[in-house]
Amino acid sequence: MAAASVELDERTAAGPEGPNNTPSAPVAEKTESLWKDVWYALRQNVPAMVSLVIIVLLALVAIVTFVAPGILPYDPYQQDLSASFEGPSMAHWFGTDQQGRDIFCRILIGSQISLTVGLLSVAISLAIGVTLGAIAGYKGGVVDTVIMRFMDMMLAIPSILLAIAFMAALGRGIDKAIIAIGFVSIPEYARIVRSQVLAVKQSDYVAAARVIGDSDATIIFRHVLPNVMPSIIVRATLGISSAILDAAALGFLGLGVQPPAAEWGDMLGRGRNYIFAAPHAMIFPGLAITVTVLAFNLLGDGIRDAFDPKSRAR
Amino acid sequence: MSNVNDNLIEVQHLTKSFVAATNFFGKPTSFVQAVDDVNFTIRRGEAFGLVGESGCGKTTIGKMIVGLLKPTSGKILFEGKDITAMSPKDRRRMSTDIQLIFQDPYASLNPRMTIGQIVAEPILTNNILPKDKVDARVDELLERVGLASYMKNRYPHEFSGGQRQRVGIARALAVNPKLIVCDEPVSALDVSIQAQVLNLLDDLKDQFGLTYLFIAHGLNVVKHISDRVGVMYLGRLMEVAPKNSLYHEPLCPYTQALLSAIPSPDPKLQRKRIILEGDVPSPIDPPAGCRFASRCFAKVGACDVSSPDQREVLPDHLCSCHRYDNVPTDAVRQLALDIQYDAARPTYGRGSDLTNADPVVTPETDVDAEVNAEAPVAP
Repeated sequence: MAAASVELDERTAAGPEGPNNTPSAPVAEKTESLWKDVWYALRQNVPAMVSLVIIVLLALVAIVTFVAPGILPYDPYQQDLSASFEGPSMAHWFGTDQQGRDIFCRILIGSQISLTVGLLSVAISLAIGVTLGAIAGYKGGVVDTVIMRFMDMMLAIPSILLAIAFMAALGRGIDKAIIAIGFVSIPEYARIVRSQVLAVKQSDYVAAARVIGDSDATIIFRHVLPNVMPSIIVRATLGISSAILDAAALGFLGLGVQPPAAEWGDMLGRGRNYIFAAPHAMIFPGLAITVTVLAFNLLGDGIRDAFDPKSRAR
Repeated sequence: MSNVNDNLIEVQHLTKSFVAATNFFGKPTSFVQAVDDVNFTIRRGEAFGLVGESGCGKTTIGKMIVGLLKPTSGKILFEGKDITAMSPKDRRRMSTDIQLIFQDPYASLNPRMTIGQIVAEPILTNNILPKDKVDARVDELLERVGLASYMKNRYPHEFSGGQRQRVGIARALAVNPKLIVCDEPVSALDVSIQAQVLNLLDDLKDQFGLTYLFIAHGLNVVKHISDRVGVMYLGRLMEVAPKNSLYHEPLCPYTQALLSAIPSPDPKLQRKRIILEGDVPSPIDPPAGCRFASRCFAKVGACDVSSPDQREVLPDHLCSCHRYDNVPTDAVRQLALDIQYDAARPTYGRGSDLTNADPVVTPETDVDAEVNAEAPVAP
């Protein structure tokens, strides 16, 4: 008797939070994959979409100039000392540099190197750093100590110095620069991922996954890493920008690209010497770097927000 | 006790200590005795309630049973097999038999999975159903716990606490477990929702023939759902008895104090309460004798010296208390009443003509009616 009345209570009290207050909707709401959801959310974000367009354009430029360099109005490597340091004009949109090469063409072709360096070196540090950080954070104990003390050793040395040391061991060249830049930023990713994993693995849903019988690998990849992803994505997009800058620094030191190859950081470094006489030689490569870096950062923010179901508008 | 085959789970001399401090070289110097030599059995198809105040070790026991913690010593027999001695791989396979419902419905669901994925995960992980049937099963489970199946593509943050707890229950049910450990499943919920979830759990138990280990910090919540109840204090199991026996003739002084602390819905009711003095001692280096001795109102000399053994003082009613040593069974009930009456003090309610109000079982009080209350004694 008592049970029956309570049963009734349950059904009537179910009102606000109860199951059936929406009139029968037999079909499940939108069945969408996570990626579709993320894309949907990203499309609402104007700065992120503008950034995406810029990055796609940049990638197109890089590919087109790689496949068909003849499409450029000037040969970016052709020196013409009589046309040295010409200001921006209809003929040379961004002017010319000390050797009289067209800066616009050099910036276009420089996108190849900058994008390659940015993406590949971040891919290297992401792959290794996230794995090491996740293992250290999840396993703890001796494994954690060994991995993280090694990371601390790497962090103790200034990254540009470490990159130079790598370059000294590996030799010159842009491919080696990518590896060097990728390796020196591993500790940053490892640390971020480890601290996030430490927090997430204490959560009840990870305990629930263990009770369900999930293996360690499943728990890490299905429950831990997706919840760590926002900070990884933001760090990685920032990492692309700093990798581009690092490559520029290495180029400036004569360790990255070798002349006459066009690379934004290298162009910026060389233009720096003539900042008063010919500011355009420095401004345009600098702008190219700024716009690219900004685009990656804004896109990263957009992706992070899109991954967060709470900020996703439905 | 009874037939061994009745017992779904048998906990024998279960002990868990955590390291509280280490010396310079990382060698542990002191321990927290979270659970100390606990014995009980849960019979197939019953709901066993485990109550005690915060920090008494009840959640630790639950975690050891589901395999989230390893016992320091002792055994947990599930259908006769010691699950603490299993290899991690075999132990993982046990997850289809033993499941857990968490206390905090806000933390126990992965925020990046839809509730459909959350409920489907245990089915897929343990290969319970072929892939094409999982979807239908998820719908069925969600509807069974009172959620509509069209909600399955929503994320946990789109639900209220009570609804999330229902998702947690559906996830636990998904593998058709034999035992579900409910770790304070309603204490994080609003009072109005608590009764709904308790009733749901009760219905599901009958429907699926489940066995519950129901952990809670208040005797009133446990009374609603349990068949037998164990009372814990500071890592020790003080008393284990069938619900009616425990609520109507509590033997251990701690249980008596706990029961007298259940608030009454009638403000005019003249009651007597047992007011405990002092605080729970630190679980680091706990007292040598009975754990409750420092606050007990009925202690004798032996209490400070030796820890009482768990004995069957009344039929099926186990108690660890020195007061009942060498007391013949027919005198136990009278002794228990005497202990209670000696300790009971009138509370300062309205009306002061003191009758000999029963401090524990007031006829006007239906404990079932109030599901919410903090049990531990306030001085």
